Amino acid sequence: MKYKAKPLPPVNLPELRVVGKPLRRVDALGKSVGATIYADDFSLPGMLYAKVFRSTVPSARIKRLDVSKARALPGVACVITHAELPQAVLVTDMPGQTGQKRRAGSDAHVLAKDVVRFVGDPIALVAAETLDIAEKALKLIEVEYEPLPAVFDPLEAMKPGAPIVTPPDNIVSKYKVRRGNVQAGFEAADLIVENTFNVQFVDHIYLEPESGVAWVDDRGVVNIRVCTQVVEHFRSIALALGVPHNKVHIQGTMVGGGFGGKEDITVEIFIGLLALATRRPVKLTYTREESIMAHSKRHPYVITHRTGVTRDGRITAAEIKLIADSGAYVYLSPYVLLYSVGTATGPYRVDNLSIDAYAVATNQVFTSAFRGFGAPQAIFAAECQMDDIAQKLGMDPYEFRCRNYLKTGDIGVNQQIKSAAWLEETASRALEALGEKTPAHGHIKVGQGFASYMQSYGRIMWFHDTSQAWVGLELDGTVVIRSGIPDLGAGQVSAVCQIASELLGVPLDKVQIYHTDSALTPLAGTSTATRQLYMSGNAVHQAASNLRKVLLERASKDLEEDPANLDMADSKVFVKSNPEHFMPLTELLAKCASEGIHLSNLAIFRAPFTSPIDPENVQGDIWPDFTFGAMAVEVAVDTETGEVTVLKSVACHDVGRAVNPKAVAGQIEGGAVQGIGYALMEDCMIKEGYIQAQTLSEYLIPTAVDVPKTKVIILESGTGVGPFGAKGVGEPAITPAAPAVANAVSNAIGVRIKSLPITPEKVLEALESLKQKEKVG
Amino acid sequence: MEPKVITLTVNGRKHQVALPPNITLLRALREYLHYTDVKNGCEKGDCGACTVILNGKAVNSCLVLAWQADGGEILTVSGLGTTSNPHPIQEAFADTGAAQCGFCTPGMVLAAKALLDENPHPTEEEIREAISGNLCRCTGYGPIVEAIQIAAERLAEGGQK
Repeated sequence: MKYKAKPLPPVNLPELRVVGKPLRRVDALGKSVGATIYADDFSLPGMLYAKVFRSTVPSARIKRLDVSKARALPGVACVITHAELPQAVLVTDMPGQTGQKRRAGSDAHVLAKDVVRFVGDPIALVAAETLDIAEKALKLIEVEYEPLPAVFDPLEAMKPGAPIVTPPDNIVSKYKVRRGNVQAGFEAADLIVENTFNVQFVDHIYLEPESGVAWVDDRGVVNIRVCTQVVEHFRSIALALGVPHNKVHIQGTMVGGGFGGKEDITVEIFIGLLALATRRPVKLTYTREESIMAHSKRHPYVITHRTGVTRDGRITAAEIKLIADSGAYVYLSPYVLLYSVGTATGPYRVDNLSIDAYAVATNQVFTSAFRGFGAPQAIFAAECQMDDIAQKLGMDPYEFRCRNYLKTGDIGVNQQIKSAAWLEETASRALEALGEKTPAHGHIKVGQGFASYMQSYGRIMWFHDTSQAWVGLELDGTVVIRSGIPDLGAGQVSAVCQIASELLGVPLDKVQIYHTDSALTPLAGTSTATRQLYMSGNAVHQAASNLRKVLLERASKDLEEDPANLDMADSKVFVKSNPEHFMPLTELLAKCASEGIHLSNLAIFRAPFTSPIDPENVQGDIWPDFTFGAMAVEVAVDTETGEVTVLKSVACHDVGRAVNPKAVAGQIEGGAVQGIGYALMEDCMIKEGYIQAQTLSEYLIPTAVDVPKTKVIILESGTGVGPFGAKGVGEPAITPAAPAVANAVSNAIGVRIKSLPITPEKVLEALESLKQKEKVG
Repeated sequence: MEPKVITLTVNGRKHQVALPPNITLLRALREYLHYTDVKNGCEKGDCGACTVILNGKAVNSCLVLAWQADGGEILTVSGLGTTSNPHPIQEAFADTGAAQCGFCTPGMVLAAKALLDENPHPTEEEIREAISGNLCRCTGYGPIVEAIQIAAERLAEGGQK
């Protein structure tokens, strides 16, 4: 065996009763029997059906817009255009939680005023008695466009004289990093390697298209029942609707997948406006085609690495340039770009470092959050670069990385690494588990490759992120949690139930969570940035611990023991040294109730706060902590057809502490497969602003026969800042997959493909170029 | 064409409903008969979320016109079992973490049911083939394959359900 698992440093993780156990998630059975009521499954009497009229051109002035025929169609209740909402602003670049100052030009109109900037830009809204009538009404809307110059390539869009998508200019965000002495670093190098990498537009393809129902109730409150990652959007929605914050009530549903695509506002404002205008309930559900056309995509990037190394494999300097395509509107591009900057080097120590990063507007569908949030693109480039350097040095790629991996206490791109940086530990295990290479045969070549990564979890610290949770006990000994957590399917709500179950000694099936409601559950922040377990897990931990303290203090009177000597389990309070000496929880609760002792606690968890960094030199603490890990894969490449098949896949991550190992493994395996799709098949294929892959028969994601089972290795350093030492892993799970696949393909065919996806066409082209080179050589 | 009254037996309940000819079985089930446990993921037959069992065979209900199903027996996931009385396949899905967001789950469970009805002891390959028309974006399919394997074992042990 070529690679051996590096021994783990000693870790002291206390054995717990509920946390750390692979329990059935609280939402699992309901979903398995079809009892979960998703956004589109809900209807109200007298409900209208909405449709959105969208731009069919990428860049144009609206010369004439005539909705009179649509309005006159029997069964049409309402048609809204920009003329009806002169004040309606769509805040595009921050979830409405923290009131950050926004860049000029980043607020859009809810409906296009006089200009459309991408194919799919919303222009008018229709509400009708039936879906069929609403669809007919769309066809009666007349629009005349005067084409405007358009730009589809971020490199073109940066040039002087390029068409400006939205004033003041096309550079929507930029950052620099300048550390050490780059020139001296390159002078000290024995070898300088330069490569440019390209990644494509990809779609989230959650199985549930965007959907919601809105209604105005008897007190004038606009209720919006919607699948969203962010209930705090109620503030931006209120602004757009022209109503006070306390008159918008978001009722978040169980979400049928989000991955960042339901992080920005989708249908909420549209149905809110129509419900206000008609005073009737309104439902809007996107078709798959509209979903693909209308929601954000992962940022395409052009990334150039120039790296200096010594002969013995030490990095002496790196110059990195990142250019992200932000599409037609800003949305979260400045933040995605910042996350790419923070991971641009990969998990390596580079003391002499220069980074220039730009997010650039084009007349294409806007880009925003997608699982990994800028890290997958940056890590793809960094990890392909590392493999390429190792090859040019004639070194083993793992050995070369080991000489440069970040260690705890080192400074990464911008900040010090404080938790365990188990890079060798994770990579060596992934490689060991991958095992010997399957023999090649005939025109089938086989290759192995791996990639390491680091990725932050928790939001940017100057956002002053908080999460709240209310935990209470009922008199029958059951537990109630109230917390605004949106659950996207990753087990967000189940994990916090396990934490409360652990701390209050109540079985998991006696814990009930009420969640995702902007008015009735305390705000818990966004289900984004791999933050929900970290933030809300800590908030529930805090609330349950506070409640536990009160209960143990009261129990100590009856049990005549110091509270420190008491514990709670199986709905009992007992003496640790003598579990036979106990008090049933219900008895304790009855006493508390009769004495007026409060049986609930509202806690707020605050992430560490820092000041914003200087974009001219991104240095200092930006994120609360990082997750580290690796993936190793083996691929077969058919040199006749160019087809790449993943034969084996192993993922190893240090998750800090796995609150539910089964749920954690599910995140890791799902992320790995999503990343394999990114590497090999997924592409929106946008031509001149038009998405070519408009349906799921053109936009291909992995099916059950396209991928092998990913072997999951979970390590627990216990050093995370989440509850019980947990780190975030939902988003990081995708990040190492694409570079691992690319490195394996390169290993198989002896030539590097530097752009995603690695299609059969690109493989054949690469093989052909290799053949030509060999002929010449 | 005028609407026609058709008969659909869904989860053992007989429904008579007047439908125009262009209404798919998916829309008939969701919008007219309110079986919202049948999911709409694409309406093009690409994703499998709307899978139901029609006369013993798993079909994409978005690709069948309701008129074509006239007189047919339809099983949806809520007819297979409930939270108080789940089918072994549904139990297994809950146990292995096969349902993450859960939106593909109704279709997946029924694809699994159709497979196990025909082939009670499928290999992993046969399972993957049987669910290859059902997309899942969350799990990477491993836990779903495992759930179907476990369900096959439990059904073999526990007899018919």
